[in-house]
Amino acid sequence: MVKFEIHDLNIWFDSTHALKQVNMEIQSNEILSVIGPSNSGKTTFLRTLNRLNDLNTSFKMTGAVELEREDIKRIDVEVLRRKIGMVFALPLPLPLSIFENVAYGIRMHGENKKKVLEDKVEEALQQAYLWEEVKDRLDESAFKLSGGQQQRLCIARTLAVGPEVILFDEPCSGLDPISTAKVEDAMIKLKQKYTIVLVTNNVKQAARVGDRTAFFLSGELIELDKTDKIFTTPQDKRTDGYIRGKFG
Amino acid sequence: MRKFKEFIIEKLIVICGLASIFFVALIFLFLLKEGLAVFNTVGPFKFLFGKSWYPISEPAQLGILPLILGSLLVTLGAAVISIPIGVGCAVYIAEIAPAKTKEILKAGIELLAAIPSVVLGFIGMITLVPLVKSIFHLPTGLTALSGSIMLAFMAMPTIVSIAEDALYSIPKTYKEGALALGATHWQTIWRVMLPAASSGILAAVMLGIGRVIGETMAVMMITGNAAVMPNNILVPVRTLTATIAAEMGEAVVGSEHYFALFAIGIVLFIISFAINVTADLFLHKRQQ
Amino acid sequence: MRNPYRTQRVAFFFLLLATLLIVIPVGLIVVVIIQKGLPAINWQFLSDMPRQGMRAGGIFPAIVGTLYLVSGAILFALPIGLLAAIYLSEYAKDNLLTRIIKLAIVNLAGVPSVVYGLFGLALFVVFLKFGASILAGSLTLGIMILPVIITTSREALESVPQSFREVSLSLGASKWQTIRHIVLPNAIPGILTGTILGLGRAAGETAPILFTVAAFYLPRLPKSIFDQAMALPYHLYVISTQVPNVDEKIRYGTAFVLLTLVLFMNLVAIIIRYKFRKKKKW
Repeated sequence: MVKFEIHDLNIWFDSTHALKQVNMEIQSNEILSVIGPSNSGKTTFLRTLNRLNDLNTSFKMTGAVELEREDIKRIDVEVLRRKIGMVFALPLPLPLSIFENVAYGIRMHGENKKKVLEDKVEEALQQAYLWEEVKDRLDESAFKLSGGQQQRLCIARTLAVGPEVILFDEPCSGLDPISTAKVEDAMIKLKQKYTIVLVTNNVKQAARVGDRTAFFLSGELIELDKTDKIFTTPQDKRTDGYIRGKFG
Repeated sequence: MRKFKEFIIEKLIVICGLASIFFVALIFLFLLKEGLAVFNTVGPFKFLFGKSWYPISEPAQLGILPLILGSLLVTLGAAVISIPIGVGCAVYIAEIAPAKTKEILKAGIELLAAIPSVVLGFIGMITLVPLVKSIFHLPTGLTALSGSIMLAFMAMPTIVSIAEDALYSIPKTYKEGALALGATHWQTIWRVMLPAASSGILAAVMLGIGRVIGETMAVMMITGNAAVMPNNILVPVRTLTATIAAEMGEAVVGSEHYFALFAIGIVLFIISFAINVTADLFLHKRQQ
Repeated sequence: MRNPYRTQRVAFFFLLLATLLIVIPVGLIVVVIIQKGLPAINWQFLSDMPRQGMRAGGIFPAIVGTLYLVSGAILFALPIGLLAAIYLSEYAKDNLLTRIIKLAIVNLAGVPSVVYGLFGLALFVVFLKFGASILAGSLTLGIMILPVIITTSREALESVPQSFREVSLSLGASKWQTIRHIVLPNAIPGILTGTILGLGRAAGETAPILFTVAAFYLPRLPKSIFDQAMALPYHLYVISTQVPNVDEKIRYGTAFVLLTLVLFMNLVAIIIRYKFRKKKKW
């Protein structure tokens, strides 16, 4: 099933043309890896999907992004962002306790019953493989967790809202290899229930977890295909060059 | 329901955002409303440049030139004292003082800024006024000079903190570049830092002077309040602000005297407006 | 040839001198007021009505008056100032209107205090017919401290990292929820600092209350917000210039109380700011 359809997407920040004529589809329950050098527009692409770019006053967009055939501009932005969760590049816990970090989104949507909150927080932390490590210290500040734990907390926080899609924006860029492996594990298991779009600078990571991979360069979508095809027989010379360059 | 509540709150936020504009306009409007009436009896030219201020004689003479000159004289004196000392202190704090001393000095300057002007006026009356009297062998120490010294003191926190900010915000590379070329620290400050920070320092000086012109209580307490044309700095003078403060209590609402005092308010408002807008332009120039 | 290092030594000496010329008098002022004012302070001085034309007795009504005025001013200025700061930090776009608002704030901060007094007289006392009253004085002081509150609150709000806002929004929270639950709680120390600085400013100002509220000699407490009241700074002005033969002790005592009140508020503000900086979690 098709989750996102993107038609003729163009994006500008002031006079900078950040995305050029992008057309693509994203399937349900797949992990789509998005790779490309810095400033290739991949993060801009990601932030278009949950309309986080709207915060930038110089942002301008033409074309359409459809979530299950509905233009995302037509969907109430708060509802849209509840459906499309996001995990940021750096672990960004809110300055609240571990429990309140996870409960934040649910609370904001009007849920205040203690029992419901507790259940949902536990469930989300379980799904993010963090529950065992934090269950006895839920009231501590989230800043006391390690970097990897913080990032899994951010995943739990996103899951707690009950999204359909999760956007990962270079989620492991600040993490060591062991923490990275844990986050990747979590991602692969989450695929059962969620559609995942993963922007990464780490080509190996894209190869490890992605079902399909998209390669962006200077704001253009150069190639989108099954991950093993991209990595073994890319159609475009530039894709090949980028991947090889990264492999050394 | 939540959406409706948020809608109301966001509207309130916008309204309050505009409140500053509203209040500035309101102040100006009410000054005009009460002040312009004076020009029914005195021409604007005669009001600004008339040499006698006898508001309660019959007929009243409403020329504010002595008051303008009083303000100018006191301000000029204060500027002469406070600019070199203030900028010097800013340079010392920004460039020379060790980190710990710097914090203490800044706290001291903040302390000075916090002392109410009436307290400074009181201290000035008790210490400075007798001192000026005995040094210059004057019949009274309540003079423009005493006022200038006191006001210089009140302008300094403004000058020091804004000038220090300006020096602090110069890119480090300027300084390192000059030092790398073998200039001494002082040469770097004099030839590189001060010119680079000049528009910020100018703004600091202007805002300091703005503070001086608008200052009321301390001036009223120590300048002697004689509304005559001053001929030197060792005589009592009366400033625009002190005139309003001292006489409004006795002026009958709706009288010519009352209107005249509001007209002085208009003059003060316009002066402070001009100073603040210009200073703001200088500060913005620095940011670009 | 001149020796550049000698020039430097001379220059630095003068810079130090300039600094001392500011700092030493400040220290002296504080020391003198403490030294001469402290002995005048006793419970009676603080809790008694003034007597014999202010030449004896205490300053209780002036203290109460100032507390009333300051509370009134903050009650008016804090909500407006805080919302205005939220507007500037969270809603305003980088356009001409915002530029004008900022200029208006700068101007509001620069208007001479005695002009505020005139304005308060014209608007609140005469036009709105509040008469010389605590209400009129509080509102006048409130407008005067508005720029202090807006500027410091805005800085506090803007120092909350943008990423917190993005996280909150990305979880489907609305803009106001984000401000209310994430931005404001983390800006509270800064807002508090600004509020207290505003309080200190309001407590020390004389000119704005001269014609809007201040009573020359009123040895009883105000009964409502439409009453006149005595106030510490005005009282100090009165007993040092308008009333002959006041015991110096009473003058210094009053100056001491006023200075202590104002400096105490500033000290609290500085401590909050310092603690906040140290505790900052991001």
